[in-house]
Amino acid sequence: MGKWENNKAWFLVVPVLVFVAFSAIIPLMTVVNYSVQDILAPGQTVFVGTEWFKKVVHDYRLHDALWRQFLFSGLVLLIEMPLGILIALAMPKKGWGVSFSLVVLALPLLIPWNTIGSIWIIFTRPDIGLFGAAINKLGIPFDHTRTALDAWITLMLMEVWHWTPLVALLAYAGLRAIPEMYYQAAKIDGASAWSTFFYIQLPKMRGVLTIALLLRFMDSFLIYAEPFVLTGGGPGDATTFLSIYLVKIATGQFDVGPAAAFSLIYFLIVLLLCFVFYQVLQNVGKGAKV
Amino acid sequence: MKGNKKMIALGIYFILLFLPIYWMLNMSLRSNADILSTLTLYPADPTLKNYIKIFTDSDWYSGFINSIIYVTMNTMISLTVALPAAYAFSRYSFLGDKQIFFWLLTNRMAPAAVFVLPFFELYSAIGLIDTYLAVALAQCLFNVPLAVWILEGFMSGVPREIDETAFIDGYSLPRFFVTIFIPLIRAGVGVTAFFCFMFSWVELLFARTLTVTSAKPIGAVMTRTISATGLDWGLMAAAGVLTIVPGALVIWFVRNYMAKGFALGRV
Repeated sequence: MGKWENNKAWFLVVPVLVFVAFSAIIPLMTVVNYSVQDILAPGQTVFVGTEWFKKVVHDYRLHDALWRQFLFSGLVLLIEMPLGILIALAMPKKGWGVSFSLVVLALPLLIPWNTIGSIWIIFTRPDIGLFGAAINKLGIPFDHTRTALDAWITLMLMEVWHWTPLVALLAYAGLRAIPEMYYQAAKIDGASAWSTFFYIQLPKMRGVLTIALLLRFMDSFLIYAEPFVLTGGGPGDATTFLSIYLVKIATGQFDVGPAAAFSLIYFLIVLLLCFVFYQVLQNVGKGAKV
Repeated sequence: MKGNKKMIALGIYFILLFLPIYWMLNMSLRSNADILSTLTLYPADPTLKNYIKIFTDSDWYSGFINSIIYVTMNTMISLTVALPAAYAFSRYSFLGDKQIFFWLLTNRMAPAAVFVLPFFELYSAIGLIDTYLAVALAQCLFNVPLAVWILEGFMSGVPREIDETAFIDGYSLPRFFVTIFIPLIRAGVGVTAFFCFMFSWVELLFARTLTVTSAKPIGAVMTRTISATGLDWGLMAAAGVLTIVPGALVIWFVRNYMAKGFALGRV
C-alpha cells in the first residue's frame, strides 16, 4: 500500500516548519558558534577550532557520567515500556473506571518537575517521610543521601512513578484505536489472548509505542530537574548524569565554549540513538505486519 | 476470575501511584514546622493556611493565570499546525518527507541548559520577552514535533480506503478532513491535546527564561518558597496540589475521546 505521490503535500507541512524552525535554527547556530570560540571578554572572541571538543572528549568525568546515563536510560526503558503496556491492557474499556483510571494516571505527569523532586525528598526521608520510614520499619536501612545504591533506587522509583503513566496513556489510546472488527475476526479464528496481543494489538500499537519509546529515551537521557533536586548528583558523583554535569561545567566554570561543545556532542548521541531505535522499530513492525 | 486478578493488580498499582500524591496533599494541609518535626499519616492539625496564602497573594494566583494562558495558546497553536502536517506525513510521499519527519523530533533532543541563552537573545531581539506569546512560541519547539508524531501514528491507523471513498463521493480535502477524518481520530487528538498541555505546563526552563514579571509561570513563582530560613514545604506542596488541577480537568474533558477510540461504523 504505497502512499500517494504528491509534492503539493508540502503546503500542509509549511506551517509546522515555520513554527519549529523559528525557534530551532538560530539558537542552534549560536551554540555551534560558542563551541568553536573562546570568549576572552564581552565582544572579544578568538576562534579555537576543535579545541573545546577535544577537551570534552577526553574528560574522564564525562565518560563516567555517560555510562551512568546509559545505565539509567536503559533501566528506564526496560521497566517503563512493559509496565506501561501491561497497565494499558489491564485498564477497563468502559464505565466509570475509564475516567477514573485516566485521571489518576495523569496526576504524576502534571506536577512541575522541580516540585516532584522536592516532594520525593520529604517522601523518602527516613524520619518524616512515608516511604523512607516504611522501609526502615521493615528493618532495611535506607538513606538516599548516604548510599549510592539507595540514591539510584530512589531515583528509579521516582522516575518509574513519574513517567510510566505516559507510556500507559499512549498505549491505552493506541489500544482503543484498534477497530472492533479485528477482535471479532480473532475471536472467530479462536485466537488465544496471547496471540491476539502479539499479532493484533502489538503491531497496531507500533506507532504509539515508537513515540513512547523515543520520548522516554530522550527525556530520561536528558533528565535534569528531578535528580538535581532530589540528590544533587550525589552521594559523591553517583547520580551525576550528563545534564547535571553539563550544568556544572556551564555555570561552575563560566565556560560557554566547552559547555557548548559538550551540548553538541550530547545532542548528537541522543540523535544517533533515537535514529537507530526509530529504524529498528520501523522494520520490526514491517516484519510482523501481514 | 482472570478479570478480577487484573483489576486487583491495577488497583494495587493505582494505590502505589497515589501514595506520593497523597503525601503531597498531606504536606499541603500542615504547617512547615509540623512537616519537619513529625511523621503523621494524616494531618493531625489540618490547616488551610497554605492554600489561603496562594489564593490571596496576587504573585501566586497570577502565576497560575499566566501559566494557563500561555499553555492554552501553545496547545492551540500546536494542534492547529500539526493536524494538516500529520495528515501529509501519513498520506502522501513527497520530496524529503522522511527526513523532515525525523528532523522535527530532533528538536526535542538537545540538552536545554546551554540553548537557553541564545533563546533569550533571539526573543529579546524581536521584542517578545515577558509576553505569553514568547513562551507559547518557544515551547512549540518541542510540542509541535510531538503533536505531529502522535497524530501521524493515529492517522496511519485509519485505512486509506476511507479517504478514497470520500473523495469519490465528491468531498474536497478540507471538508473531508474536518467533517470525517478528525472525528475518526478523535482519540489521537485528545491524547495529543493532553500531552501538549502537559509538556507545556511542566516545562520551566523556557518559561522562566523568557519571562520577567508579567508573564511569570507558576513554576517560577514556586521557587519563592525557598527563603533564607529554608524551604516552605507546606506552601510548596499546596502549590503542587493546585498545579495538578488544570491538567486533570483537561484529561477529564478529553477522556471520552480517548476511551471511545475508533468507530468505523459512523462513516
